[in-house]
Amino acid sequence: MQTRFSFGGDEHIFAEVGEAMSLEAFFKSLFITNAVRDAKIRGVTEICPANASYQVKFDPDQIKPDDLLTELKRLDSASEKSEPVIKTRIIEIPVLYNDPWTHETLMRFRERHQDPNGTDLEYAARINGLDSVDAFIKAHSSAPWFVSMVGFVAGLPFLYQMVERKRQLQAPKYLRPRTDTPKLTVGHGGCFSCIYSVRGAGGYQMFGITPMPIYDPNQSISYLRDFMCLFKPGDIVKWKPIDRAAYDAAVADVDAGRFAPIIRDVSFSLTEFNRDVDAYNAKLDGVLHGR
Amino acid sequence: MAVKVLKPGLATTVQDLGRPGYYHIGIPLSGGMDRHALAAANLLVGNEAGAAVLEAVFMGPELEFTEDAVVAVTGAELPPKLDGAPRETWTSFKVKRGQILSFDFLKQGARGYIAVAGGIDVPVVLGSRSTYALGALGGFKGRKLEAGDELPIGHAAATGKEGRSVARDLRGQPAGMPTELRAMPGLYWHRITEAAGNGFFSDTWKVAPEADRIGYRFKGGKPLEFVPREPPFGAGSDPSNITDACYPYGSIQVPGGTEPIVLHRDAVSGGGYFMVGTVIAADMDLIGQLQPNTPVKFVKVDMKEALAARKSRSELLGRLHSALA
Repeated sequence: MQTRFSFGGDEHIFAEVGEAMSLEAFFKSLFITNAVRDAKIRGVTEICPANASYQVKFDPDQIKPDDLLTELKRLDSASEKSEPVIKTRIIEIPVLYNDPWTHETLMRFRERHQDPNGTDLEYAARINGLDSVDAFIKAHSSAPWFVSMVGFVAGLPFLYQMVERKRQLQAPKYLRPRTDTPKLTVGHGGCFSCIYSVRGAGGYQMFGITPMPIYDPNQSISYLRDFMCLFKPGDIVKWKPIDRAAYDAAVADVDAGRFAPIIRDVSFSLTEFNRDVDAYNAKLDGVLHGR
Repeated sequence: MAVKVLKPGLATTVQDLGRPGYYHIGIPLSGGMDRHALAAANLLVGNEAGAAVLEAVFMGPELEFTEDAVVAVTGAELPPKLDGAPRETWTSFKVKRGQILSFDFLKQGARGYIAVAGGIDVPVVLGSRSTYALGALGGFKGRKLEAGDELPIGHAAATGKEGRSVARDLRGQPAGMPTELRAMPGLYWHRITEAAGNGFFSDTWKVAPEADRIGYRFKGGKPLEFVPREPPFGAGSDPSNITDACYPYGSIQVPGGTEPIVLHRDAVSGGGYFMVGTVIAADMDLIGQLQPNTPVKFVKVDMKEALAARKSRSELLGRLHSALA
């Protein structure tokens, strides 16, 4: 994989690790951005990993653009020799699939959708060759996902499923973006799922909603007191399908300040993962549930 | 001491020089869109250059002062009135307790900066008082001002001086028509044909009505023709799609190849549209003063020219500091 570098004006260097999405490209982006952070390069002000690329913002009054480019290229080639292992977290996110709120919204914007006569879940199941919505939900929730990027708006995670490319779920974005998406909607566009951290415009297919806040600018929610955004690139997410009663109970727990998400520390090795994807994912599930 | 908001204006927000360091989790810089004008307003009233001020777009608010204060309005030609009597822009003036500051219709530019000696003293969130409305973060309760709000004002360190003004050549406002925005081609520039690239820089564009703190959209140029490709896995089928990536501040994305959008201080931090290049940092302030329908040309520059422009913009700020020291 040959990284392509480009200046984004006089304050950014943009690095495309892969044109296509892959775990390898994501991993390399994450790895290099960690290395850039550790290198504490003078004049670097923002280090942003993305799905298959990354971006470094800098102050050219403190470091010459060409000097920073040279340094990034050096870290890029050094990363080839490193073992692809990261220490990260696995987080369980409860999801009420097929919920009434995203359903109301998707009906309201039906004329902007590829299939005006169905729902987003029915459409996604069909174009992915699955025979029912339940089969689609199973495919979406049985294998874990990497948080491959956090952004667009505050705290919004992009997620990439940890399965081989042939098992990746894909769906186009809406034909025209919606002007509204409920907060905490679980969406999907291209090969990425996301959780909308705030209510607003959006173009991803809508599959469900989580009762678990992921962004709290007031920092009043117990697990967001240390920092207002839950996710970091490299986090691993496992969806847990729940029913309406469990959803309502979780919302009540959040409101009462007693909701405790399941979050475990875990080490992830890309080499071991690639050796046997399903076995490795089962092992991750074991870590999540203390087995 | 406080300022009462009688009428909020169109979208008036508290801004300072922004909140760096959180772009990797989608929290943008925010801060004044015209940073030079923001600094000028502060220096006029004796504040630090980066104190929090009000940024008013297209239309000024109506404010009642509960104590005596020194105020300055810079940026757009948004003429202030004190109890109905006109006051100059780019000039500090005294406001007496109980007086009402209002504004006449916008004459030129887009964003006015209203500084009060002592600064707008809203809580500092992640290192800044700037409002990021999309994330309901910072500023006054994370949102634009509403009637009835009471803005706390900090203690003025030095006695604010009235009657000081900024000479025209130190104001750094857009000059000439069309407004020229210098940009470095790059990022996904290779996705469009050479003819499309030439057209992008030779066409005259106009600011579209969809122009806000997140980004400015432009219309009226020729659609960009793409170099054919097989869509990479994860990118999406439209030729303007990429595997979702980071967006630089000032980056120029062109969804569907039709209407360029330049991302500004409240930028969405990433997404799935290709970008043809980036407006240089020295010209970002100018964008904040463009009204819809203003003709604009993008001017192609290289890194050397971008750094020279940066130097000259920073020297302008240096001269402003000296003049108001």
